[in-house]
Amino acid sequence: MNVTSPIVRLDALVKCYGQQRVVDNVTLQVNSGECFGLLGPNGAGKTTTLRMMLGLTRPDSGKLTILDRDTSKHAREIRCQIGVVPQMDNLDPDFSVIENLRTYASYFGLRAKQVADRIQQLLEFAHLTSKANATIESLSGGMKRRLTLARSLVNDPQLLILDEPTTGLDPQARQHIWQRLRELKQAGRTLILTTHYMEEAQRLCDRLAIMDQGQVIAVGAPQELIQIHIEPHVIEVYGNGAEQWSRQYPMPAQVRVERVGETVFLYTQDEKPFIDDLCRHPQLQFLHRRANLEDVFLKLTGRDLRE
Amino acid sequence: MKPNLASPWWRWYPVWSRNVRVWRKLLGPALLGNIGEPLLYLLALGYGLGSFLGELQGLPYVVYLASGMVCASAMNTASFEGMYSAYTRMAVQDTWLGMLTAPLDIRDVLVAEIIWAGTKSLISVAAILVVAGVMGLIADLRALLVLPLAWLLGCCFGAMALMVTAVARNYDFFLYYFTLLITPMLLLSGVFFPVASMPGYIQAGAAFLPLYHAIALMRPLMIGTWPINTILHLTVLLLYTVAAFPLALHLIRRRLMK
Repeated sequence: MNVTSPIVRLDALVKCYGQQRVVDNVTLQVNSGECFGLLGPNGAGKTTTLRMMLGLTRPDSGKLTILDRDTSKHAREIRCQIGVVPQMDNLDPDFSVIENLRTYASYFGLRAKQVADRIQQLLEFAHLTSKANATIESLSGGMKRRLTLARSLVNDPQLLILDEPTTGLDPQARQHIWQRLRELKQAGRTLILTTHYMEEAQRLCDRLAIMDQGQVIAVGAPQELIQIHIEPHVIEVYGNGAEQWSRQYPMPAQVRVERVGETVFLYTQDEKPFIDDLCRHPQLQFLHRRANLEDVFLKLTGRDLRE
Repeated sequence: MKPNLASPWWRWYPVWSRNVRVWRKLLGPALLGNIGEPLLYLLALGYGLGSFLGELQGLPYVVYLASGMVCASAMNTASFEGMYSAYTRMAVQDTWLGMLTAPLDIRDVLVAEIIWAGTKSLISVAAILVVAGVMGLIADLRALLVLPLAWLLGCCFGAMALMVTAVARNYDFFLYYFTLLITPMLLLSGVFFPVASMPGYIQAGAAFLPLYHAIALMRPLMIGTWPINTILHLTVLLLYTVAAFPLALHLIRRRLMK
């Protein structure tokens, strides 16, 4: 398979609820074999975009093609080739772990005998072999997510759509899911995921799109976005007198300063003079780091709370 | 091992089959309810109340009641399934959403839920027939014809219940439907006493109730005669089902496919 051929194309996609344009003229391509992230604050239109890909929400205008098929006409055929990890776990609480996998396979027209081997592999993949007969209730949050991920693979999909796959998980469980997702990508599957965790996006995604208020405001590889949109060095100064220091310091014009509560963020090409000066102020605490995706995200979408 | 789309006529099957498997897990309490409850009603009301009432329309009261209870049970079972259970699968457990992200759509799920409501009615009526048969309240093998009718009645009430489910925001909402429709229907369709004893306008109104027509079909079969106006009664049941289905489909689609 040609690695760069697009598997998903969104072309001027629009969805309105009443007066609100929840998805506003979104044009994107996801290439085969890549892990593509959709980032954005709450209400940015990420989930609606995913729902449109699955044919669960009808776009008001624009075109959406997956695997060379129009989603408005062939949603059912397309869903045969897609695996979905929804935002909320919707495992069947009346069934055991293995019964959940068998039942989900049956929705794809796959019989228990046909998928018996595959289900064993999926249980191993999700580290749930010993839990095959456990009830859903007895599983931890991380196990439920792993089972949901395994469930999304019963139909051997080319494309996986994951809506906040690690939200609510502890760091260990999150690392585990990341590892599994990397394996899936190495096996040649295409992944589309939404997330609030910039670290997750930066580590997993080959490319990503940042959405805000229904629009795509940036697309690219994480490093690329960091290079384009933000200065390479960030110094966070906090503690007593941080603000006063930032106002007294002869700030060069090209340095961007943001004051958030008691913390001062400096975005700069050259970190040395600041660090030298800060070392002379032992009452101030500071942290120097490289710019990351979160800095890009906050610069582009602002620091206001979204509810 | 690639997914294969079932023929359009069979797409409901995996959803129905899932419900059957869940039901089987709770077989004990389910069957106890299906058999125990009618048994208690027949013993208490049929013999207890019946000893005061004597005969109704030339039948011992317990026989009259048994044939009414078959229909009432089919109605109740399907209504519960179409409301409380279906609502749980739709809005609480998101079971339907899981199906809809697989290659099934709302029509498939809804057809399955209606057929399943019919199936539950069929099971519950079969259990009552066994009880009634053991108690000697069934005339002859004609009573077996009650089974397909119970299935149809279940589909009819299942489809109507799903319309209500489509607009429900919580479980309490179902009380409107039960109090305003199901309970009056239970009391006015001839389950416990003949409709003929009611004022004329109530009799006229009862003729529009699906349960009334189900009783007109099923009671004769249980007491060893043939129903009259079979086509008319069947048509009414079918009409209710066929009218409720597209409405339920539209309402649920509007709710889930935002």
